[in-house]
Amino acid sequence: MNGQGGTMLDTNPDEGYTTADGRKIGGIAMEMRNITLRFGGVVAIKDISFDIRWGEIRAIIGPNGAGKSSMLNVISGFYHPQDGEVIYKGYKRPRMRPYQVAQQGIARTFQNIALFEGMSVLDNIMTGRLHHMKANIFHQAIWWGRAAREEAENREQVEKIIDFLEIQHIRKTPVSRLPYGLKKRVELARALAAEPSILLLDEPMAGMNVEEKEDMCRFILDVNDEFGTTTVLIEHDMGVVMDLSDRVVVMDYGKKIGDGTPDEVRNNQEVINAYLGVAHD
Amino acid sequence: MLYREAGDYKTSYVADSQTFPIKFDRYGYYILLGFAFLVMPLIINDYWANSIVVPFLIYAIAALGLNILIGYCGQLSLGTGGFMAVGAYASYKMMTAFPDLNIIFVIIIAGMVTACVGVLFGLPSLRIKGFYLAVATLAAQFFLIWLFTRTAWFYNYSPTGMISAPTREIFGVPVTGPRASAVSMYMICLCFLVASAWLARNLTRGSLGRTWMAIRDMDIAAEIIGVNPLIAKLTAFAVSSFLVGISGALLFTVYLGAAEAGEAFGIDKSFLVLFMVIIGGLGSIFGAFAGAAFLIVGPVLLKLLLVNSLGWPTDLAAHLEIMIVGALIIVFLIVEPHGIAALWRTIKEKLRLWPFPY
Repeated sequence: MNGQGGTMLDTNPDEGYTTADGRKIGGIAMEMRNITLRFGGVVAIKDISFDIRWGEIRAIIGPNGAGKSSMLNVISGFYHPQDGEVIYKGYKRPRMRPYQVAQQGIARTFQNIALFEGMSVLDNIMTGRLHHMKANIFHQAIWWGRAAREEAENREQVEKIIDFLEIQHIRKTPVSRLPYGLKKRVELARALAAEPSILLLDEPMAGMNVEEKEDMCRFILDVNDEFGTTTVLIEHDMGVVMDLSDRVVVMDYGKKIGDGTPDEVRNNQEVINAYLGVAHD
Repeated sequence: MLYREAGDYKTSYVADSQTFPIKFDRYGYYILLGFAFLVMPLIINDYWANSIVVPFLIYAIAALGLNILIGYCGQLSLGTGGFMAVGAYASYKMMTAFPDLNIIFVIIIAGMVTACVGVLFGLPSLRIKGFYLAVATLAAQFFLIWLFTRTAWFYNYSPTGMISAPTREIFGVPVTGPRASAVSMYMICLCFLVASAWLARNLTRGSLGRTWMAIRDMDIAAEIIGVNPLIAKLTAFAVSSFLVGISGALLFTVYLGAAEAGEAFGIDKSFLVLFMVIIGGLGSIFGAFAGAAFLIVGPVLLKLLLVNSLGWPTDLAAHLEIMIVGALIIVFLIVEPHGIAALWRTIKEKLRLWPFPY
């Protein structure tokens, strides 16, 4: 029963499909309908529609400046599109602040690492669990009852993630002292700590060496396998994208030029043109 | 050799996340507390209480408060003097309006009033950051002092414009007013300081503290992972102002006894507390203590050295004292920009390996 992951509200489990390696992909988790995003005169995203199914790894690819990160920012509520709507768990999502989107179970990592440099690895990951900690300020002030109990309980969950991502040895290290590859991993841990329904990864492999990339791929697959986390991924390394993802959206100049399984996308003439360039006559 | 964490195993997450995870630290802390509560009251005299100990305790509370705002939440504030004045005037109005109210409650309520005022002046922080916020809080400083000197209601229409603390007792012992003894002044300030430090530590190690630090380190990322910036910033202003208000109330009721807003709570107080926080170390509870100790005890020790030991004239010593303390601040910031707390941390890391650092 992969892809259902407990908290998910899949209204119609008959929808969806089974992947080649036998993972069951559920119904539609999120649907982007005719999204258009403009910054003044610049159209960053032009009338794009696609869907994300429960349990799948969905990649968004495209050349630089295609609007991939803008798309991710729309999903995480950081940008508000001028046109179009986001349907999440079957409901049209109203205009929300980013922290409200996060509370709805959407976690993300960033292209250029956005960890809290002054805090330890443990505190960074614990920050990811904010929504699971409900003790009020007075309980916290006297550190009694709920506050202390919650701290220990959430610590246990965080330790599971720390074990999962193999970062036990740096638990108490300040993030500012870590090398780049580990920072990326800590950021993934922070996003996972929220136990998200949908995990957004903005170039998780950027700037890594082969070994680190392999580790990261393994973690992404393991996360999807173990927790059934729906993952949306932006990545430039085509080998990685084609191996990891179930379906791929291809963007170019703010438009969607392809959508389908890696094989379909690979053979799409428009995609080939966008990546390799084409002679205009 | 003494300072070891080897063999000090933690078997639960509660034990692992305690304030003093190393045994040596923990016992040191208990000994210090025991000394402060049991031994100091026996040996303290008027001179030491008035010149060093009581101001240190009171300013340490203010530094704790400001450290939460600047060091933990990253919101620069220059309104500390004004907020201390709010605490002082709130406690004065309370003492005169409700003479039967216990002084402890008076001070706590004064802190709460200050927290409300702090939240009000913290509202601009939602839109502006850094130095611009500092300027906005500077406006709070000037506005509040102006309010307290111009509005006669705040000083009960007294002809001098001063407020003076009437005598209040706890268990029959006067702690405010002219009859208060050094020991009683010391004890009430100590109790408030220990409680404040405990409160500050608890708030900064829990989920609220992590939201503050998240806002400090990267506010946009914090919002995207689910921190509500409105709540994080305003709670930081509230808690910070609460502590600063308590410190202002104590400064007026216990230490000064009589005060006038412009003189006692001017902009120089804002800077004094800010320097304490910076020199002590941003984002550290210990730093607040260290900074307060440095800026309160330092000048007094210098004066003792110059006037009493070397026999120099008082006025010369006073000027030299200002110059030396100023120079020390600069030297200190160059040598260790992250404050005494960072220095202390480095020393502890070295000590852990001593005497075999390889």
